[in-house]
Amino acid sequence: MTQAQLVQLLQSAVVFGTVILYGALGEILTEKSGNLNLGVPGVMYLGAIAGLAASFFYENGVAEPSGAVSLVLSFLAAFVAAALGGLIYCFLTTTLRANQNVTGLTLTIFGGGVANFYGGNLSTLAGGVGQISVSTTSLAYRTTIPALSGLTVAGFPIGTLLFGYGFLVYLAIAIAIAMHWFLKRTRKGLNLRAVGENPGTADAAGINVTRNKYLATCLGSGICGLGSLYFIMDYTKGTWSTDGTIEALGWLAVALVIFATWKPLNAIWGSYLFGLLYWMYMYIPNLTRSSMELFKMLPYVVTIAVLVVTSLRKKRENQPPAALGLPYFREER
Amino acid sequence: MEQNTAIALRHITKTFGKVVANHDISMDIRRGEVLSLLGENGSGKTTLMNMLAGIYFPDQGEILVDGNPVTIASPRDAFQYGIGMVHQHFKLVDIFTATENIVLGLEESGKLDLKAAAARIREISDRYGFEIDPDKKVYDMSVSEKQTVEIVKVLYRGADILILDEPTAVLTPQETDRLFEVMRNMRADGKALVIITHKLHEVMEISDRVAVLRKGEYIGDVATGETDPQKLTDMMVGHATSLNIDRPEPVNPTPRLEVKDLTVYDSMGVKRLDSLTFTAMGGEILGIAGIAGSGQKELLEAIAGLQDITKGASILYRPVNGEELPMELAGKTPRQISQAGVSLAFVPEDRLGMGLVGSLGMSGNMLLRSYRSGRGFFTDQKSPERLAQSVKQELEVVTPSTSFPVRRLSGGNVQKVLVGREIAQEPSVLMTAYAVRGLDINTSYTIYRLLTEQKEKGVAVIYVGEDLDVLLELCDRILVLCGGQISGIVDARTTTKKEVGLLMTKFRKEGAEG
Repeated sequence: MTQAQLVQLLQSAVVFGTVILYGALGEILTEKSGNLNLGVPGVMYLGAIAGLAASFFYENGVAEPSGAVSLVLSFLAAFVAAALGGLIYCFLTTTLRANQNVTGLTLTIFGGGVANFYGGNLSTLAGGVGQISVSTTSLAYRTTIPALSGLTVAGFPIGTLLFGYGFLVYLAIAIAIAMHWFLKRTRKGLNLRAVGENPGTADAAGINVTRNKYLATCLGSGICGLGSLYFIMDYTKGTWSTDGTIEALGWLAVALVIFATWKPLNAIWGSYLFGLLYWMYMYIPNLTRSSMELFKMLPYVVTIAVLVVTSLRKKRENQPPAALGLPYFREER
Repeated sequence: MEQNTAIALRHITKTFGKVVANHDISMDIRRGEVLSLLGENGSGKTTLMNMLAGIYFPDQGEILVDGNPVTIASPRDAFQYGIGMVHQHFKLVDIFTATENIVLGLEESGKLDLKAAAARIREISDRYGFEIDPDKKVYDMSVSEKQTVEIVKVLYRGADILILDEPTAVLTPQETDRLFEVMRNMRADGKALVIITHKLHEVMEISDRVAVLRKGEYIGDVATGETDPQKLTDMMVGHATSLNIDRPEPVNPTPRLEVKDLTVYDSMGVKRLDSLTFTAMGGEILGIAGIAGSGQKELLEAIAGLQDITKGASILYRPVNGEELPMELAGKTPRQISQAGVSLAFVPEDRLGMGLVGSLGMSGNMLLRSYRSGRGFFTDQKSPERLAQSVKQELEVVTPSTSFPVRRLSGGNVQKVLVGREIAQEPSVLMTAYAVRGLDINTSYTIYRLLTEQKEKGVAVIYVGEDLDVLLELCDRILVLCGGQISGIVDARTTTKKEVGLLMTKFRKEGAEG
């Protein structure tokens, strides 16, 4: 493998990893409240189509679209739409006490349906399949700092590797670190963890279980939505396709939550590792089509391995929140 | 004395549905004093204290803290008035440290400073003599350590009125001594302490004053120094009331189950039953008395084959017609026990959890007992349906149809379904646990009648009950359990409530209580 290839592989790993890092971070926050939201792919779909639609209508409605304005609009649209997905989930599971697994899976189907329906509409408006383009916005998302991204050390393009990405890559890392700090070092974080571990105890301690669940799920879903926004704006450079990639990425994000053993900091390197494993097949010579697909399964294999190892080690800190997936009714305490 | 009153309860009444848990209770809790709240199971001790802790809200009456009427609507309100309660079931997050559990839910300003919190916890511990490691995770703790965390938790919140709900039930004698030491330190510090208990020797040892509840009524309070266990027992169980349960003399009782050296350890390795030896006779009702958690559940489950029992134990079953050979039940699975022709109709304590499937109807639940008897691949649906119909008619079960989910029936009707199904098996041994719990008077009498009918058919009936009056009038013999041991087997016709009450709370020095 040449140096250029290596840099290219690492770069694609980071880009790929960032999408699922957002998904995993959002889901970690959600699961810390005891909500097992399997609607991550659906939520990501909602974020993606809302972000894309916002920038599409802005770019087509304004004579001289400004990248910054479009960026803010699409960012907000994606976050809010995804958070609304989380709101649906939380309303059904927490307030109406629906089964969490069923609700999550339904949300995935719902989100995919809505997104592809409006994706098709946008394509029609744009003049046909594959004609959507929000190049101005996409460009804004992909802006890098030239002085840093051009940096080379001893001929190695360190700048490209470390600074050659749009701001969402760094935001994801910042969110992960902030979330780690929030969960470990703040009262609110302690309260949220207690809700996911033992809602009865949290309730008795005067913590509002319902509010914690709603906030964590909606904010978490919003963060998931940023992942698919990044996918649309950076990874596919502002287009829409109905090939189900977002759904696949959503499930990978759920797997990453398990891989990271519910720790935001682990999710950072875990996501890049997943990206690396996913793209590896491109750089291994003489692979047939079918063995390529086998290689793409590596992230899942690693996740299963992690599950096996953590189960064997029985370390309590590496287990999911104890009340994950369980409904909480105060009357039954 | 009056200025020392921390809490005054005035005419407190609390009802759950039709059941009166507390009726017109007035009492005082004083600072610098340990008050024992004594009473049988279901006498309303915990309910009363839960109203101080903000878990329940009184229907009538008022609560005064330091002479001022207050409204306690939530645990948070209770903390505001300095009231802290340590419940029997600990409310702790397993993967948190002691410190994290203690500060959980506190709304203090500033950032979360666990080091400062740990220092304060150590300070509290030193002051009262607790042994606690603030950084230890709860899942690594023993039961007594968890209890310590709970107590420190309420002290950390500034509580100066502490209510401990049966704190010694889960402790070893040594741990109990240490707890009492801490309680004395807190009393010396001017705190008001209430200990809910039904162990008389502990009452005598730790408390300054004893308040007695019986069936939701406040009987009175006495200074511990001026009373003795005998007097307290009288107050606790009261005078026998006649229930007029029809009790025919046993006809020709024959040994049916011979239990020898039955010992059971639970999954935590705690001894729950300690070498029980007794015989249950066909044609009589054997009552099992004892305070909750003395091993009643384990005993029934051991006979039914649901508990692992230690080697050397023997449960010998003698079939009804003396011709067949006696059979050893120890070590057999529930399936083997029933296949061998031994019918143990087991009515568990938790009727919906272990006895019935809530979402199935009556006939579906009847099917649970007979699903193997169908022809070939398909189960026989018709006979369970017929059985359901006959149980519905004979026991007057109020249900829209036999396919209506039993979960949505009232407690009495659920119980009738369960007992009806078990009796329909024509058992030779019928075991019931708390068969009338939560039932109204009429339904209770129906159940008593059914059990007596079984007895007259020659069935060995084992009846675990909590109401001593019923045990005295329904059963022929009463086996009293205390801390997993048999503290006595008495003739129900000649014994007194007092005698059974004393056996139930018998103080044993060995301290083998689980």
